[in-house]
Amino acid sequence: MSTERERDDESRSDRAGTFGDYGGQYVPEALMPALQELEDAYERYVLENEDGFMDEFRERMRDFGGRPTPLQRADRLSERYDREVYLKREDLLHGGAHKLNNALGQVLLAKYMGKERIIAETGAGQHGTATAMAAAHLDMPCEIYMGRTDVNRQRPNVYRMRMNGAEVNPVEAGSATLKEAINETMRDWATTVERTHYVIGSVVGPHPFPQMVRDFQAVIGDEIRDQIQEKAGRLPDSVVACAGGGSNTMGTFHAFVPDCANPRFADGSSGDEPREHVDLYAVEAGGSSLEIDEEEGLAPNSATLSTGTDGVLHGAMTKLLQSTDGQIMESHSVSAGLDYAGVGPELSHLVETGRVTPASVDDDDALNGFHRLSRLEGIIPALESSHALGYLEEEHDRLGDLVVVNVSGRGDKDLETVLEETEKRDLEAAPDVEVFDS
Amino acid sequence: MSEYDSDVEAAIREDYPALITYITAGDPSLEDTKEYVEALDRGGSDLIELGLPFSEPIAEGQTIQAAINRALAAGTTPEGFFELVDDLETEAPLLVMTYYNMILQYGDSEAPRASDSDAAKPQSKPDVRPFVERAAEAGLSGIIVPDLPAEEAEPLRAACDDHGLDLVFIIAPTTEGERLDTIMSHVSGFAYVQARLGTTGARANVSSATHDSLARLSEYDVPKAVGFGVSEGDHAAEIIEAGADGVIVGSALVDIIASSDDPSDAVDALEAKARELKRGARRGADSITVDPEDTPEPEQP
Repeated sequence: MSTERERDDESRSDRAGTFGDYGGQYVPEALMPALQELEDAYERYVLENEDGFMDEFRERMRDFGGRPTPLQRADRLSERYDREVYLKREDLLHGGAHKLNNALGQVLLAKYMGKERIIAETGAGQHGTATAMAAAHLDMPCEIYMGRTDVNRQRPNVYRMRMNGAEVNPVEAGSATLKEAINETMRDWATTVERTHYVIGSVVGPHPFPQMVRDFQAVIGDEIRDQIQEKAGRLPDSVVACAGGGSNTMGTFHAFVPDCANPRFADGSSGDEPREHVDLYAVEAGGSSLEIDEEEGLAPNSATLSTGTDGVLHGAMTKLLQSTDGQIMESHSVSAGLDYAGVGPELSHLVETGRVTPASVDDDDALNGFHRLSRLEGIIPALESSHALGYLEEEHDRLGDLVVVNVSGRGDKDLETVLEETEKRDLEAAPDVEVFDS
Repeated sequence: MSEYDSDVEAAIREDYPALITYITAGDPSLEDTKEYVEALDRGGSDLIELGLPFSEPIAEGQTIQAAINRALAAGTTPEGFFELVDDLETEAPLLVMTYYNMILQYGDSEAPRASDSDAAKPQSKPDVRPFVERAAEAGLSGIIVPDLPAEEAEPLRAACDDHGLDLVFIIAPTTEGERLDTIMSHVSGFAYVQARLGTTGARANVSSATHDSLARLSEYDVPKAVGFGVSEGDHAAEIIEAGADGVIVGSALVDIIASSDDPSDAVDALEAKARELKRGARRGADSITVDPEDTPEPEQP
């Protein structure tokens, strides 16, 4: 792990838990001792492999999770775009998305810390199901908070969580989606903090969560780095990942951040040799429009990195969709997993410094991306991942000769939404969905 | 001039045992809030906390969450809040309780948006000073920020010092050791002692955690006020008797506002509730001095 620690030091400013101007610990006082305890456990077990924690984590990710996931050459996409396109198949991880990397890591850590209970928030239900699976696997009681709106539109995931023995608590406040679920999980944690661990689902929240979740997810990029060099003999020109809170994004990018012609991002290990440069693209949900309705408090998108402004939400300074007064906007995306008004503080920092290029793909192009991958490659991607594929279609010319796209999850959970949304639109890549009407 | 560092500290020391009341500004309207604050002032509040509503109130229980939602639905803005405070003339000093993002964004109305044509120009970083300047100008005496722990508070503390405002910190049941020492050595106004883990909200009993906390904090010679769950005169008596200098009551008052058919009905009920709480607090203070078993709490300078 020593090289990862060195990389961390490069991308962080002096104060612990910050990435440039972003990050920090903006939480109620009652949680501060728990964050210190977690920081200590993270350093000992994750960074220093105390008691063989990381060995056990990797072994369980292999045997229970199915790691490593393949890096697959996408033959028909490569032909279509006239360049080498590779897909990182996180959709093949147990549970159907990258979420297990983090959930299993944190539940195992909670066990090492002697905690007795697991709580988590979930939006689309992917993090909730991953946490419920990990908790069942490691024999920990588990409660999941989920907005009522999401409970209603993600039924299959609610059942999966309950099958694995988790309690699902619907949250009725506000728009009853991810933001409210996080609020309510934080309230539970502030009440039960002494024996409960909060498994936060993305690289968001107070320090040490953004860094720790990234480290659990960094296996994605570490594997890509080895696999692409084996298959293509060199590093890719570009790596593309979708971004909501940003856990698959940071997990995919982390290993490549130092691969930069600009020496400020280099890890110092390569001396005077010129480095191969890898461009990093974080693709957000453009929703139906990038405009903001200040009056109504609505942002019909979740393009926080592209359009957000600096502020504090859920424990961290980061980029946010907010009104000029500082009220948080209701965000939107056809993909529930990207539908969030904040984003991980490290991504905000990497965008601010120019290392990561933010981009956005609207609902229509994401749906086209979904249909295209399904038909051309026989892979049904999550609507979240479909944003990265939509970007590939639109902007492949700028991505160089060798491109890696992270397929962060599979799309089985999205079929109903996709049918419904496809019927409303005239999408070039869609099959005829009317045959499903009876 | 008082012998104390601030009018907040003076209010707690001189009016011992102190009653601190909280309501959410703009619930159900800023005009009603003005009447309510005046009623709480008449009823014997020694300090009044006014909540400036934020859309993500993670430290609040359901009662105050609902009040914040009503206030936001009524269109309450920071500027409207400050105009209300401009208009208020109370005997009790006023504090604002809000979340950190509201303080960061105030006065930053020129932040570029994607919809602006010049979105490419560098964004100005959020700054706490415009909020603090406006708070001081409106006559507020202090600020409480439930999502700002001491470790992140330096910019706001500096701005408050410049303008003579207290920045009140919360002491949780989990605050211990070195962190407790550090926070207690920087107490500004008073130490807000959180009676129990969890969120705000009226409860039926005073928790044993309250007694434990007050015992743990007894060695620190700073004014201590206890909040989270306090709703009745008897609670106030018990908490003062256990060694607190004041009690903080919020959700029980918000409940009165929420359950009134007509906003004006709440005015008398709020005044009466404040009197009940203040009487309870006095009862607690009296039982300290008359009970020969207990050593009377020395008058603290």
